[in-house]
Amino acid sequence: MEKGLAYGAALVILILGAAFLTSGIGPFHISYETLARLWLSPFESSLARGIDDSVRYIALHVRLARVLLAVIVGAGLALAGGVYQGVLLNPLADPFTLGVSTGAAFGASIAILLGWGGLTWMGFSLLPGAAFAGALGALYGVYLLGRMDGRLQSTTLVLAGIIVSTFLSAWISLLKSLNEESVSTIVFWIMGSFSGRTWSHAGLVLPYLIIGGGVILFHARELDLLSLGDIQAQQMGVDVGRVRFRLLLAASLITGAAVAVSGVIGFVGLVVPHLVRLSVGPMHRRLLPLVMLTGGLLVLVADTLARSILPQGEELPVGVVTAILGGPFFCFLLLHRKSHIRL
Amino acid sequence: MIRTAGLCAGYGDHPVLEKVSLQVRKGDFVGILGPNGSGKTTLVRALSGVIPVRGGRAEIQGDSVSVLKPKELARRVAVVSQDGEVRFPFPCIEVVRMGRYPHQRSWQMENAEDEEVVQAAMQATDTSELAQRAITDVSGGERQRVMMARALAQSTPILLLDEATSAMDVHRKLQVFTLLERKNLEEGLTVVAVLHDVNLAAFFCRRLVFLKEGEVACQGATDEVLTPETLQSVYRTEAIVQEIPGTGRVQVAFLPA
Repeated sequence: MEKGLAYGAALVILILGAAFLTSGIGPFHISYETLARLWLSPFESSLARGIDDSVRYIALHVRLARVLLAVIVGAGLALAGGVYQGVLLNPLADPFTLGVSTGAAFGASIAILLGWGGLTWMGFSLLPGAAFAGALGALYGVYLLGRMDGRLQSTTLVLAGIIVSTFLSAWISLLKSLNEESVSTIVFWIMGSFSGRTWSHAGLVLPYLIIGGGVILFHARELDLLSLGDIQAQQMGVDVGRVRFRLLLAASLITGAAVAVSGVIGFVGLVVPHLVRLSVGPMHRRLLPLVMLTGGLLVLVADTLARSILPQGEELPVGVVTAILGGPFFCFLLLHRKSHIRL
Repeated sequence: MIRTAGLCAGYGDHPVLEKVSLQVRKGDFVGILGPNGSGKTTLVRALSGVIPVRGGRAEIQGDSVSVLKPKELARRVAVVSQDGEVRFPFPCIEVVRMGRYPHQRSWQMENAEDEEVVQAAMQATDTSELAQRAITDVSGGERQRVMMARALAQSTPILLLDEATSAMDVHRKLQVFTLLERKNLEEGLTVVAVLHDVNLAAFFCRRLVFLKEGEVACQGATDEVLTPETLQSVYRTEAIVQEIPGTGRVQVAFLPA
């Protein structure tokens, strides 16, 4: 366990460092000294004296909120990927390849098209609810397609995911062309972006990550046993049906919430669990917390690249960056670590 | 210990077991034999709660399998199956540790007693030197020995084996069965082994159950039921049953038609 703790501590320091460094990057110049004073001002209010309100607003309400949201979404997507891989015994499973992310985006697009985007219920926005419904619907569809020949085959499952994902993407495009006004919002669902996200978005997705993550970590030991296959896990005392249902529900809830605020960001859920498994092994109690931290760090870095790499100050969708970084990396994994990725 | 009465079970709309009635007493060493598709694996799965009991009864230590919670059932019965493919590269010792799951609460880490049981199981199965190797990297026979250690770590009064030694070489097979025989005689471990290898069954099992087309064709003490007539009717193959001098046990030779 010591190795896991050391990795965890290192990742937390890296995330804090990256959060600080990336907060200083952007079209509006803020010096790191000013940033440090603003970050520490909640503990010592005199530090913030003499700093312009607009600087303060950009540092805390624009950049820090975005940084935090990127970390939360990255952690959630990577965790969901780790769970899908463990439950479905499929090294290629993640929210994106299973069509869950696209399903969530589809649900959210419909909600936006119908004008439900701004509705709330008891303080909760309904948008994540629509995304969650879409995520679950897509997962169920993929599951049904994947076991059409009677048993759940890992390759069939991914094929089914691609079919459902492509099909729903087409529908999202169709919805888009039906409603010219929401074009930009819907493009953002398909490619993923943190542009213009605020604290309220972070506050919206965080409860889902905490609840879903809690359920998942509670069942981390069962995930180990499920790696031996459903039959053996059952024979070793795991209530397979119930545990699998809870885990898939929790992972889809997290995915739905993440997609609701940031759109479809691919490859994070696929690559991060493999990467972490290579360094600390497959024991889920150690693996999953580190997967969350690594996912958070990775998406934070990817988002910073997405918003700063183009010279004119335009933003790339962050999903473009994760795919460009993640694709080749996954090829590397496939080629060099065959023993880790078995189909 | 194990009792089934009119047990029916199967998959989807395909019934496999039809009215199987058998009884295994505490401390028995029973072999389940039969041709392909006769329902041997299905019987193991029904007894271990993996597939539902469709009709009749299946009881473990007096309680119906259908009402026992998975963890409770796993404290009574451990199963080793033929195909134990593992998807992720767990070190072998971690696989054996998973056997302690039914004795632990959620999130409880292994305690000293668990660790002792795990070490003993690995020593008994001669897998200690595999401890840190990834389960995905060891050979089929080695994996089966690790799975055997995992089942022993489960510390159950009953052990169900489903072709659990099929990939082992002769030496290992005999080593494992000698270990099981010792545990059976000294600790009263009840062993029920599904086997293709009739001679392995003839050597170690004191009772045999022959399944054919989902029904019990014949059951009883090994020296009474292991006859050319039984083998002919179950396997549709001519066979010679002869005693191995000095052992008091019999072996079977099948003759091609």
